[in-house]
Amino acid sequence: MSEPEGRGDAWTEEASGKALLEVRDLVVHHGQLRALNAISLRVFPGEVYAIIGANGAGKSTLLRTIAGLHHPTTGSVVFDGKDVTKLRPERRATQGIVMVPEGRRLFGSLSVEENLQVGATYARPGPWTIERVYEMFGWMRERRNQLTAQLSGGEQQTLAIGRALVANPRALLLDELSLGLAPVVVQRIYGMLPQILATGLTVLLVEQDVSQALRVASHIHCLLEGRSTLEGRPADVTADQVEAAYFGLADTGERSEP
Amino acid sequence: MSLAAETTARPAEEFRVTRSRRNVAWTGAAALIVVVVLALFPYYVNSGTTSIMVQAFTVLTMASMWNLLAGYAGLVSVGQQAFVGLGAYFVLILALHGTSPFAALPVAAIGCGVVALPLWWLVSRLRSGYFAIATWVLAATIMLIIEKFSSIGGGTGMPLPGLSGFSPALLTAYTYWAGLAVTVLALAAIYLLLRGRLGLVLTAIRDDEVAARSSGARVGLARLLVFVVAGAGCGAAGAVLAISQLQVQPGAVFSVQWTAEMAFATIIGGLGTIEGPILGTVVYMVLQQTLASYNAWYLIILGLVAILVALFARRGLWGLVDEHLNVRLFPVGFWLRITGTAGRSGAMKAD
Amino acid sequence: MAWVNAIIQGVLTGGLYALFACGLSLMFGVMKVVNLAHGDLAVVAGYVAIGVIAVTHIPVLWSFLIVVPVMALLGYVLQRTIIQSALDRSVLTTLIVTFGLSVVIENGLLQFFTANSRAIGTGLALVSGSFRLGSHIQIGYLLVVVFAVAVVVLLGLQYFLSASKYGRLIRAVADDKEAAQLAGADYRHVFGIAAALAFGTVALAGIAYGMYSQLSPTTGTDTILLFAFAAVVIGGLGSLWGTLLGGVVLGVAQQIGAQINISDEVLAGYIVFLAVLVLRPQGLITRRAQS
Repeated sequence: MSEPEGRGDAWTEEASGKALLEVRDLVVHHGQLRALNAISLRVFPGEVYAIIGANGAGKSTLLRTIAGLHHPTTGSVVFDGKDVTKLRPERRATQGIVMVPEGRRLFGSLSVEENLQVGATYARPGPWTIERVYEMFGWMRERRNQLTAQLSGGEQQTLAIGRALVANPRALLLDELSLGLAPVVVQRIYGMLPQILATGLTVLLVEQDVSQALRVASHIHCLLEGRSTLEGRPADVTADQVEAAYFGLADTGERSEP
Repeated sequence: MSLAAETTARPAEEFRVTRSRRNVAWTGAAALIVVVVLALFPYYVNSGTTSIMVQAFTVLTMASMWNLLAGYAGLVSVGQQAFVGLGAYFVLILALHGTSPFAALPVAAIGCGVVALPLWWLVSRLRSGYFAIATWVLAATIMLIIEKFSSIGGGTGMPLPGLSGFSPALLTAYTYWAGLAVTVLALAAIYLLLRGRLGLVLTAIRDDEVAARSSGARVGLARLLVFVVAGAGCGAAGAVLAISQLQVQPGAVFSVQWTAEMAFATIIGGLGTIEGPILGTVVYMVLQQTLASYNAWYLIILGLVAILVALFARRGLWGLVDEHLNVRLFPVGFWLRITGTAGRSGAMKAD
Repeated sequence: MAWVNAIIQGVLTGGLYALFACGLSLMFGVMKVVNLAHGDLAVVAGYVAIGVIAVTHIPVLWSFLIVVPVMALLGYVLQRTIIQSALDRSVLTTLIVTFGLSVVIENGLLQFFTANSRAIGTGLALVSGSFRLGSHIQIGYLLVVVFAVAVVVLLGLQYFLSASKYGRLIRAVADDKEAAQLAGADYRHVFGIAAALAFGTVALAGIAYGMYSQLSPTTGTDTILLFAFAAVVIGGLGSLWGTLLGGVVLGVAQQIGAQINISDEVLAGYIVFLAVLVLRPQGLITRRAQS
């Protein structure tokens, strides 16, 4: 994957201008606990940006803050050059930041098709329609009147992705896709990313499974206890570096609690 | 520095946890003096005032009970009038069989506590909104059942026997002391309850129910106990009501207005603190006495103020006082004392 | 034969109860708000209708067209302001606020209109007329019309919820309001719509009740709220048809109670409610499975 324009530059204003999504010095608290400690990152159009880290590292918190479900204590979220930090989640969705939440969070009393219809209610104009989602995920059309409880885990996950796609996002946020799914299913779902990217989307994902993340990402960012410990292209980082960043081996040379 | 930051910044030896501040001895003495002064009222105050005081006592008792339910156990009951009415009827029934109403008072309280058990069984599984209306339906049902018995007055009620032997002055005094005794005992019971283990569980529920459950606290048992105590307390208040009114009418003793009064007094005064209902009762009495000639107005204003307080000043009037004066009349919380090697000492509230 | 009459009476009354209940059920299902002022809103609608008719002398049926939309709008506004604020704080606060509203409304009505009960005079043959089946069964026209209206409204509501954009949004927000936000829906607005529906239906029911029976300041809590709640519990939350069934069961239970002992009408209903509460708290009809 070639380097997107602006990615290699230092953190200049000009480079910022080309980024689709930017997070600046984000500090997020859960009550009195500091979950994120001055996190900054930039996602450029067309990238697959993966955030990795152990449980409790703050990955989901970061994604949820970008989506608008958490308020940062300080710092900002900038989307397409506009500061969206104060925007409510639904407004961010109509601006183009759409998240597929952890655990799918499908609408249980709605059918497959109704879930997609809700996703399309406030959709931006764009290539994704319910029809197109049906074309991409063949099984959905036949079972479109079924309730979501009757779907398998993998089917639920693809439906959740479909629900986000029909809103025609510019930045698609995927929170822990692989949770509760068999590796084969996870790989198949991630295998759809190229199709999604081909329509002009950018993907920002949180993934527990590091090797899976390294396989699909164009850029990775590792978090540990709310701090950034590693950033870069998969091709440019070694396995040792990733391990060190993930577990926090750094200076002391000892393993700290993941 | 926040409590969390402070406690993680120092070694454990630097902390001591104590029960209450230095001033508890003073507030205890002050409370005793207040009670003694109140007890002497009938000797030098006219009967109009004592009957207002009796009303205040009943409202204070009921408000304290409602506070225990809603402010500590998270149970919003809109049916406490069931116990008020039952307390009154316990006294009536016993009086009809020859017992002195004053002697019947404690029996009424205990009786209501016992009745609370099956009622709890009926409603305990319901979620808060459903719980609220279900208690209301229960109260309405109990009233309808009692109205069927003409021997205790049926739908129109009847006068309370057994009090004609007293001279007016003596009756007024005894009624007053009964009200005072009920209030003092109720507040004392609540204070002791909250100071004990149960208090810890209840404060935990008050602050964060999910966390309380997951830490193993006996939430269900705590709630049951609170419901029973509140039932007994409201029953005692109902008994005093019957004695002070000299009659028992179902529409009056089972009126949902009692719940409205106790709820509003508690909210305005401050939910979740023992002092709150006291302040709230004062506000209630002031409003009621001032607007007495305007019928329904005091309830309208009380209701509006309660709504505003619930939305904008969650901790009520006492909460405002507490923030500025840092006072606890009833010390049920804990103080964290920090003693450093540099001799600096300070205290942080953890309640 | 009096029993058959009573049962038919009960079934038809059940329609009205269901109409009272569906707003309560909607607000609880969608926003998790138990609106303790629900019944009083019906009474307010009735009083407003009386006032409007008295001032403008329009035909009674037109009062519906004026009062119901106004009440629906009031519901939206009240939801977006007071009830949402209370919801943002805690469940406890919503109960306190709605209870406070109930007390304020009732005492306000008491203060301005006295405790006397009023009826909405229709002057139509509709109210007093009835038709007879055989020699023993007599059914008031008005009651039949009210039942028919209730069924039509419930059908309309059911259709709205299942087939319209906002109906879907309401169901989605009820399932998971955060996920709905992520899909671009402002749940506060959706809550407002649900509240508007609730206030509108209860206003309709209140005016109908005022035509069929009497309204007084305390009718909202004495009668309407507790009956509506009983219908919801008996029928089970989450199903409009369950609410209709609940209303019917309540109505029939009351009429049977009245047959046994004329003063036991209301008590019989409560006893059935308590029995359902003990034996089958989720009611007679449970909701479709959720994931």
